[in-house]
Amino acid sequence: MLEIKNITKSYQGKPLLREISFDVKESETVCLLGPSGSGKSTLLRIIAGLEEPEGGAVLWKSMDLCETPAHQRKFGLMFQDYALFPHRNVSENIAFGLRMQNIPKPEISQRVDDILGTINMRSFADRKVTELSGGEQQRVALGRALAPEPRLVMLDEPLGALDRTLREQLSQELRRILRETKVPAIYVTHDQEEAFAIADRLLLLHDGVILQSGKPHEFYHHPRNVWVAKFFGLGNLISGKVIEKSPLTVITKLGTIQAHCNSQEPEKGQNIALLFRPNHAIYNPKHGTNKIHGEVIDQVFQGEMYRITLKINADIPNFQVMLPEPARFGDKISVTYHETDVLCLKNGEG
Amino acid sequence: MFWFLPAAYLGYFFYQPLLAIFNLLISPEWGFNLAALNLNRLWVPLRFTFAQASLSTLLTLILGLPGAWLFTQFRFPGKKTLKILTTLPFILPTVVVAAGFNALLGPRGWLNLGLISLLNLERPPIQFLNTFGAILVAHVFYNTTIIIRVVSNAWAQQNIRLHHAAKVLGANPWRTFWEVTLPLLRPSILAGALLVFLFNFTSFGVVLMLGGPRFRTLEVEIYVQALHLLNLPLAGILSILQLTCTLLITTGHNQLTSQKTLVITPRSQEMGVRKPRKGLERLVVILLIISLFALLVAPLASLALRSFVKLEPIRGERGEFQSGLTLQFYRELWVDRRGGLFYVPPIAAAQNSFIFAAVTILITVTLGLLVAYGLWQRSPINKVLDPLMMLPLGASAITLGLGFIIVFTRPPFSTFRFPILVPIAHSLVALPFVVRTISPSLHNIPPSLRNAARVLGASPLRVWREIDLPMLTPAILVSIIFAMTISLGEFGASTFLTRPEYPTMPVAIFRYISQPGALNYGQALAMSTILMFVCACGIFVIDRIHLPGKDIL
Repeated sequence: MLEIKNITKSYQGKPLLREISFDVKESETVCLLGPSGSGKSTLLRIIAGLEEPEGGAVLWKSMDLCETPAHQRKFGLMFQDYALFPHRNVSENIAFGLRMQNIPKPEISQRVDDILGTINMRSFADRKVTELSGGEQQRVALGRALAPEPRLVMLDEPLGALDRTLREQLSQELRRILRETKVPAIYVTHDQEEAFAIADRLLLLHDGVILQSGKPHEFYHHPRNVWVAKFFGLGNLISGKVIEKSPLTVITKLGTIQAHCNSQEPEKGQNIALLFRPNHAIYNPKHGTNKIHGEVIDQVFQGEMYRITLKINADIPNFQVMLPEPARFGDKISVTYHETDVLCLKNGEG
Repeated sequence: MFWFLPAAYLGYFFYQPLLAIFNLLISPEWGFNLAALNLNRLWVPLRFTFAQASLSTLLTLILGLPGAWLFTQFRFPGKKTLKILTTLPFILPTVVVAAGFNALLGPRGWLNLGLISLLNLERPPIQFLNTFGAILVAHVFYNTTIIIRVVSNAWAQQNIRLHHAAKVLGANPWRTFWEVTLPLLRPSILAGALLVFLFNFTSFGVVLMLGGPRFRTLEVEIYVQALHLLNLPLAGILSILQLTCTLLITTGHNQLTSQKTLVITPRSQEMGVRKPRKGLERLVVILLIISLFALLVAPLASLALRSFVKLEPIRGERGEFQSGLTLQFYRELWVDRRGGLFYVPPIAAAQNSFIFAAVTILITVTLGLLVAYGLWQRSPINKVLDPLMMLPLGASAITLGLGFIIVFTRPPFSTFRFPILVPIAHSLVALPFVVRTISPSLHNIPPSLRNAARVLGASPLRVWREIDLPMLTPAILVSIIFAMTISLGEFGASTFLTRPEYPTMPVAIFRYISQPGALNYGQALAMSTILMFVCACGIFVIDRIHLPGKDIL
C-alpha cells in the first residue's frame, strides 16, 4: 500500500537518509529500528508530509504523494512527545481530526466514545490532558491518531517516555489495537525488545541505509554483520582470519577456532568476526573443540543463570558466558563451543 | 511577509520623524548655526540628567537589593499582597504617581494640612514639591520594584546546591553570600541597575510635575524649548543627544542580558524560603516590609482618599465651609465650566483617553503579532530588522512628539495635531512591550502541536486558528492591557500632540494640578484616582494570567 522509494535527506550538510526504500503491506506493522540520530523520525515526518525529501518519492497505492500536503494525506502520526493540545481536554483532543473532516457533531461524539473505549479511557473524557500521567497521555495520543481512521498510522517512539513495566503493558495493548483496527502501521523505536514485540517485519536503520530487514527472529539467528550483532548485543565478537575453508577454520587471539557460516562462505585469508553467544557456552567440558580458558573476574546472578565475565588475556576484551552454576572470583575455568554455535560474520558493514 | 506592515508603519511614523529631527539641524530653512551654539545649553541639562539618574539609581539599589533578599529568602505574612503591589509601578502613569506624592506631601497634601491644623501654622511646613528630593523619591518609587524583580528572579534561579556545596566546604552563611551568591548575581544586578538608570534618564512626567521649573532634564529641556520657546533646532539637537545616550545605555543593557548566565536550574518556588529568625534579622525584615509597603501604598492611598475629602474652601465659598467627605470633585468632572481649562467638561478627557487607548490596542496588537511572527521565522533579515523594531524602546516619547510636530504638518495630516497622531504615538511606545510579551509565548508553542494538527487534517489557516490563537490568547490579553495602560498613562508625546479640545486624562491632570484653586486640585486627584483604578484593574487581570517570561519583563 505504502511505498517508499529512494528517499534521500541530509541534515546540516551531512547525509541522514541515503536512498531508503521499503514498503508497507495491508494491515502490516513494520518496525523501523535504529539508534538515536539514525533519521527514523525524519523519515516519518517525510512520509507524513511535514518535511520534504531531497530525493525519492512516497507513494500510496502507486500514487505519488509529493503534491499532497500533510493535512490531506490521511495518515495518522503519533508523536514522540505525544503533542497533545494542552488547551483541549481528552475528548476534544481525540475529536480534533474528526472535526477537521467536518463530520456532524453526533457522529463525532459517538466515534470519540468508541475510541475512549478502545483505549480504556472512558472515565477520563473531560479531563485536562495536562493532568494525565505519561501512560494516559500515551493512550490519548494513540486514540487521537486513530480516531479519524487514517489509512496508515505512524508511531514515533510511542513508549519511549515510559517506565519499564508500563511499557510492557502498553506494548501489549498497542499490539491488540493495531490487530483489531487492521490499519497498516510504521512503528519507530530504538528499543529492540519493543521492536521484537510489535513488528511483523523489522527494518534496521543505520548510517542512512537499511542494514537488514526481515522477521524479528531472523535478526537473532542470522545477523547480517558485526554491527547488527553488536546492536542486538548477541554476544562476544572476536576478529580473526580464515585459514581453511572446509571445515571453516579461523585463527584468532583465542586460538584456532572451528566455526560455521550461514550465508556465503568467506574466502581463505579474509578477515572476519566470530560471534560466541554467552548462552551457548558449555561448562566444564571433558574434551571438545573451541576450548576457551579464562579467569573469573565478575559474576552477576540473572534469574536461572549466572552471567560470568572471563579475563582471557590482555589482548582480548573480556569474554561473557552464561553458566548454570556460580563460580568463584579468581577461579580459572574452561568452556567450549560447538562449531555450529560459533557464527562467522562479515567485518564490514556491507 | 510578516515584516511588511510593521516595517512600513515604523518607517513612516517612527523613522521619518526621527530623520526629520536630524534634518532640522542641517536644513537651511531653519537657519540653525551649529557653530554658534552655546555648548552650555547642552551641557547643563545633560549633566543634570546624568546626576539625577545616577543618584536615583543608587538610592533605588539601596532599597531594592534588600528587597530582593527579602523576597527570595523569607516567608512572611502579606508576601503575596506585596508581590502584587510591586507590579503597580510597571503600569501606573507618571501623572498618577506625581499626583499621589502631591496628595501625600504637597502643599495641599495630607501631611502639610495635618501639620498646619495641628500646630496652627500659617504656611505648609514641608517643602516637597519643586525639590530635588521629590524627583528622587518618585524615581525610587518607580524603580525599586524593577531591582526587586530582576534580582530576585536571578536569585531564585540560583542552584541551591551551590550554596549547599559552599556550606559543606566550610563557608559560613556570610562567606557563602560573598563568594557564591553575590558573584552569580552580579550580572543581573548590573542589568537591573542599567535599566533603572535608563528609566531615570528618560524620566519626564515626574521631573516636570514634581521637580518644577528649576530642574530640567534633557527631556524637560526638549519640551520647554520646543513647546514654550519654539526653538525647534535646539530641541532637535537635544533630542539627538538624548537618543545617543539612551542607545548607548540600551546597547549596554542588551549586552549584559544576552550573556547567558550559567547554572540556571529552576528550583521549586518555595525551596530555601524560610521564616526570619528572631532578633536582628527579624527586625530588619519587619522594617523592610514596612518601608516597602509605605513606599508603594502611601502615595496611592493618599491620592484616593484625598480625592474624596474636602479640606479647604473652594473658590466662591466664603467664610464657613463644610469640610469632610465629598463627591464634589467627581461631580465637577461632568460640568463644563465657563473659563475652565478646556472647552469641554473634564470627563471628555477620559472619553478621549479611552478612545485613543482602543485605537492603540488595535494597532499595537496587530503589529505586535506580525513582528512576533516575523522574529519567530528566523530568516536572515531578522538580524537587521529586530533591532530596528526595538529602537522605539530607546527613543523617548518626547523625541517622538517633537518629530511628529515637525513632520505631520503637511497632508495627509494637514490639520496640525490631528487626533489620530496621539494613538499612533502611543502605539510606537507600546509596541516593544507587546512584542516582548507575545514573542516568548509564540516560541513556547511546541512545533509538534502544529504538526499534529496538520497530520490530523488541519489546513495551515485552521492550524493557526486551532493551535496558535488559543495558545497566544493569554499573551494577547496581557498585551491588550499593556497597550491600554501605556496609552491611558502616556504623557510625554501626548503633551505635544493633544489639541485643547481633545485632552487626554494625563494632560488634563497635569493642567489641573498646575493651576491654583482647591477645585482644580480636587479634580486632578479625582481624575488621577479614576486612572489609577483602571490601571489597578489591569494589574489584577495580569496577575491571574501565567505567561512564559512574564516576570522578566
